[in-house]
Amino acid sequence: MSLELERVSLSLDGRRLFAPLDLSVPPGEVVTVMGPSGSGKSSLLDLLCGTLPPAFAAEGRIRLDGLDLATLPPERRRIGILFQDDLLFPHLSVAENLAFGLPPQVRGRRARRAAVAAALAEAGLAGFEARDPATLSGGQRARVALLRTLLARPRALLLDEPFGKLDVSLRARVRSFVFSHARAEALPTLLVTHDPADAQAAGGPIVRLAPATAERSGPSASVG
Amino acid sequence: MPLCRFAALMACLAAAASAAGAVRAAERPVPSFEAAVAAAEGQTVYFNAWGGDERINAYIAWVGERVEALHGLELVHVKLSDTADAVSRVLAETAAGNGDAGSIDLVWINGENFAAMKEADLLFGPFVEALPNFALVDTEDKPTTLVDFTVPTDGLEAPWGMAKFNFIYDSARIADPPGDAQELLAWAEVNPGRFAYPAPPDFMGSTFLKQILIELAADADLLQRPLESPAQLAEVAAPLWRYLDALHPHLWRDGQIFPTSGPAQRRLLDDGELDVALSFHPGEASSLIAAGQLPESARTFVFPEGTIGNTHFVAIPINASAPEAAMVVANFLMSPEAQAEKQNPEIWGDDTVLDLDKLSAEDRKRFADIPRGPATLSPEELGPVLLEPHPSWMTALEDEWRRRYLR
Amino acid sequence: MSPRRTGGPLALVPILTLGLFLLPIAAGLVGTWLPAFGILPSLGGTEPTLAAWQRLLADPALPGALSATLISGFGSTLIACAVTVGFAAAAHRTWAYRQATRLLAPLLAVPHAAVAIGLAFLLAPSGLLLRLVSPWASGFELPPDVATVQDRHGLALTLALAVKETPFLLLMLLGALGQVQAPQRLATARSLGYGPTVAWLKTVLPAVYPQLRLPIYAVLAFSLSVIDMALILGPTAPPTLAVLVFRWFNDPDLALRFVGAAGATLQLLLVVAAIVLWRLGEVALARLGRRWIAAGGRGGSGRVGRLGWSAALFGVLTLGVGGLLVMALWSLADRWRWPDALPASLTLDTWARQVQRAMETGWTTLALGLAAAGLALLLVLGCLEHEQQGGRRPTRALWLLYLPLLVPQVAFLFGAQVLAVLAGLDGSFVALVWSHLLFVLPYVFLALAEPWRRLDPRYVRSAQCLGAGPLGVFWRVKLPMLLRPVLFATAVGFAVSVAQYLPTLFAGAGRYATLTTEAVALAAGADRRVVGVYAFLQAALPLLAFALAVALPAWRYRHRRALQ
Repeated sequence: MSLELERVSLSLDGRRLFAPLDLSVPPGEVVTVMGPSGSGKSSLLDLLCGTLPPAFAAEGRIRLDGLDLATLPPERRRIGILFQDDLLFPHLSVAENLAFGLPPQVRGRRARRAAVAAALAEAGLAGFEARDPATLSGGQRARVALLRTLLARPRALLLDEPFGKLDVSLRARVRSFVFSHARAEALPTLLVTHDPADAQAAGGPIVRLAPATAERSGPSASVG
Repeated sequence: MPLCRFAALMACLAAAASAAGAVRAAERPVPSFEAAVAAAEGQTVYFNAWGGDERINAYIAWVGERVEALHGLELVHVKLSDTADAVSRVLAETAAGNGDAGSIDLVWINGENFAAMKEADLLFGPFVEALPNFALVDTEDKPTTLVDFTVPTDGLEAPWGMAKFNFIYDSARIADPPGDAQELLAWAEVNPGRFAYPAPPDFMGSTFLKQILIELAADADLLQRPLESPAQLAEVAAPLWRYLDALHPHLWRDGQIFPTSGPAQRRLLDDGELDVALSFHPGEASSLIAAGQLPESARTFVFPEGTIGNTHFVAIPINASAPEAAMVVANFLMSPEAQAEKQNPEIWGDDTVLDLDKLSAEDRKRFADIPRGPATLSPEELGPVLLEPHPSWMTALEDEWRRRYLR
Repeated sequence: MSPRRTGGPLALVPILTLGLFLLPIAAGLVGTWLPAFGILPSLGGTEPTLAAWQRLLADPALPGALSATLISGFGSTLIACAVTVGFAAAAHRTWAYRQATRLLAPLLAVPHAAVAIGLAFLLAPSGLLLRLVSPWASGFELPPDVATVQDRHGLALTLALAVKETPFLLLMLLGALGQVQAPQRLATARSLGYGPTVAWLKTVLPAVYPQLRLPIYAVLAFSLSVIDMALILGPTAPPTLAVLVFRWFNDPDLALRFVGAAGATLQLLLVVAAIVLWRLGEVALARLGRRWIAAGGRGGSGRVGRLGWSAALFGVLTLGVGGLLVMALWSLADRWRWPDALPASLTLDTWARQVQRAMETGWTTLALGLAAAGLALLLVLGCLEHEQQGGRRPTRALWLLYLPLLVPQVAFLFGAQVLAVLAGLDGSFVALVWSHLLFVLPYVFLALAEPWRRLDPRYVRSAQCLGAGPLGVFWRVKLPMLLRPVLFATAVGFAVSVAQYLPTLFAGAGRYATLTTEAVALAAGADRRVVGVYAFLQAALPLLAFALAVALPAWRYRHRRALQ
């Protein structure tokens, strides 16, 4: 199970955002993508999710587990994503948020409730089911957001600067929580950030998005 | 061009009538009353009637309950602000080829609207003779039940009530009410801002113009014949305009603003802004006192020389959807029960069209039991009835009034 | 390479919506213009002629009608704009500002006719305001013979329109303020030494005005062509132009339909000219304003202005609310004659007598309002979803939705009625709902578009990545998260429907009586206690809708802090 990018590039209004990118993310590895703002980092994640706004044009191929993603709508790609904000649905309780992620194949109220409870317990949040997400601390919310993503049983994980808003003391804890889960579930993981500390903690290869220059040939991204 | 409007209306109606000739060629037969009653059950009658008076609306609602109980038909009161709306609607429908599914089954009507509809063949009938209660109508002493604003009814409209022009005044403010047009003018000069009349073409305002014209015209009999020419209007109506020119500066708001309708003026009387209001129902003042809409001190006066009287009717449009049920309703409206209820000043206070001598003792008692009310004049005090002028005069007067005072 | 959603059936919604709109308005305009130039075959008009125009221009009532129309139309819009801008500039961030913003939505909900009815009794020479001081202070034993309502120049109408439109403009302004980062602009200007009022006028007003433009034009167009309020408070002889046209359309003399059509066309020209004039005024004022800004005057503390504009705004709100309360009191009055400041005694008799009829009328009003608001909501949601799922920018064509707010009702309803007669829809409930929809939908769109577009798109992306399809995202994420604005927009639509007068008369062919048509008909002269019943119900129904729109989400999400 790995995520493969082949000569992928994005352009907006005919302007190419970065040079064509080749990348392979093996299971359990966290690859970090870095680049200045406006370099197209977040749009790259949108492309992988299938939620790229129509104003963008994309080239290249994306394969997950050998399967081309191009024709799949976002809800069938099974790619989990975490944003800088936790984006827990404010109208749902913690348990309902988690159940939103849980696939319908987990049938029966009892089974679904048990799955949610187990996930919460495992994350040290036992008994939080009925809580209003707005009443949780930042760290708790970040954990719930990851749990929600993992419960959807993704085949890959995308992280869009997910630690950017956490304060320093919390950041390390949440970071290790996320990375350890990603490794434990053997998910190919792509992290977008401009915090070098995040990249370092991820421990995997770092890709810098190179600005597209006209007719540039050769390797477009340095893997180091 | 005061003649224009009436003539134009007639021309329009005639043109439309010929255009819709195909519809009317299939004459709609008038059923016997028994057949009408049989057909009426389950039908809905859309009764288009002026809806500006709460008490009249309540009375019509009562009629609806009664005819539903008696004949199993539904009566829907479509409240008009102007009966002319109904005339143009019937015209539009028949012109569009709608010959028997019209939206109006019964219409409260008289005067120019009746004349227009009759002229254009827009009325169903003659059906009135077929109604059993018509035999009880006092056609002898109340000739206006057969001649509507000089136009013969020819059985196309059923008499419903008697109206007689009168003034309502606050006796706490006026001890000795004026007895004719000149006294009214003199009173207004002494009491500036306390008298008004609704702006024509509101029918109460138009009636005030006609009342004054009949009094002041050199030869009032001319008014019973159609208006011949603009020159005739200018000549006959000259005293009226002189009178109004003298009166207006002393009116409420200096004659610059007029009450919008009869009821609006009655409310101004109750508010204390005016001392006199106009009415068409001799029992109205008593009725409004009972309803808490006029002070206890309200009374009625008329000009002893006579005031305009007329009859109001109901008619059935040629393209009514339920003419049978409409006939049944028209008959009920002429019944002693409905007429006595209507005459009660606590209900409406509208005088009956019936001849009490033709009624059974029991029905006569219904009328005898009606309280007259503190503000209602006795039949003797009410004075003689002056006949309505031909409708062509009214529209011409309205147009000329508009030209002179509406600026 | 990512799959595009074409929207499927959703793609039809904007087309359907615009069709529902443009068809009756275009047909209505043409159906009014043709008779204006003599063409109306069913009344024998087959040859083009200018006769109707000649007759219109020669009509004795026209000069007076035009003058009253222009005074009330421009006067009320200017007052409403001045009070709105003055209050926002002078009193922002004060206690009064917060209180006022709370009162706005309810007043907005109240139909125009109800406001006019209330004001008519407050302002009349025999009305409450004078009763309060008579005769002990004023010396009036009898009501003075002064035209404080239905005056020739339309001043009472001007005031009433200003009372009704100020809350609308202020609410629009508050909505727009959220989009221009007003606090940052103010902070910057204040730190440069500008007084609060001048800072607002120089930095915030230029940014928000473009978003106020459409509402202001709508107010101007409405004020120049209003019928129901003019029937109650406007001059009578001659009336305003719109009322004059309305009467011609209803005259038994069918030849006057042609004059009415010409008058309706003149009304349209008048509104177009007024908007152009207003635009020119904007340009001139903007030029002066630039110079004023560049001159660098700092302005003072603005304390006097704050007091003055707050008083003006609260005066406006008090007149609106006070009139309604007084009409509610009338419905309970036994006798209440001049110069009593309070009814002699209270009774439920009037309600007991009216309850049955009021219920019938109320049901019609309710059914009509729910149908029109519900339908409008469906169409608006369809349009917005189509826009978002396709990732489209807001469609330019959608500005056509605002057409019914700018085109005077009398200018096209006559022609639209002809269309309805041809389609056999005349006087049907369908035609009635459709006619209301024309005016309900723009407001629903206005109320819902911004919150819907502003929802953080990442919620949608998260939901999609968690496996939710487009329908799932709509039902499980967007709708519940936007429940409050959705219900609010529906309540706005409902209130707009309740307030409709002319469309109800034209499309309903007089067969459907709503609380508004009843209230206007009764206001002219009927028992004021009965008028009170209808004015009260007319105001209460939309207020109830607003209360529900606020209470339901609050209750549903009482345990969700982020949604409170």
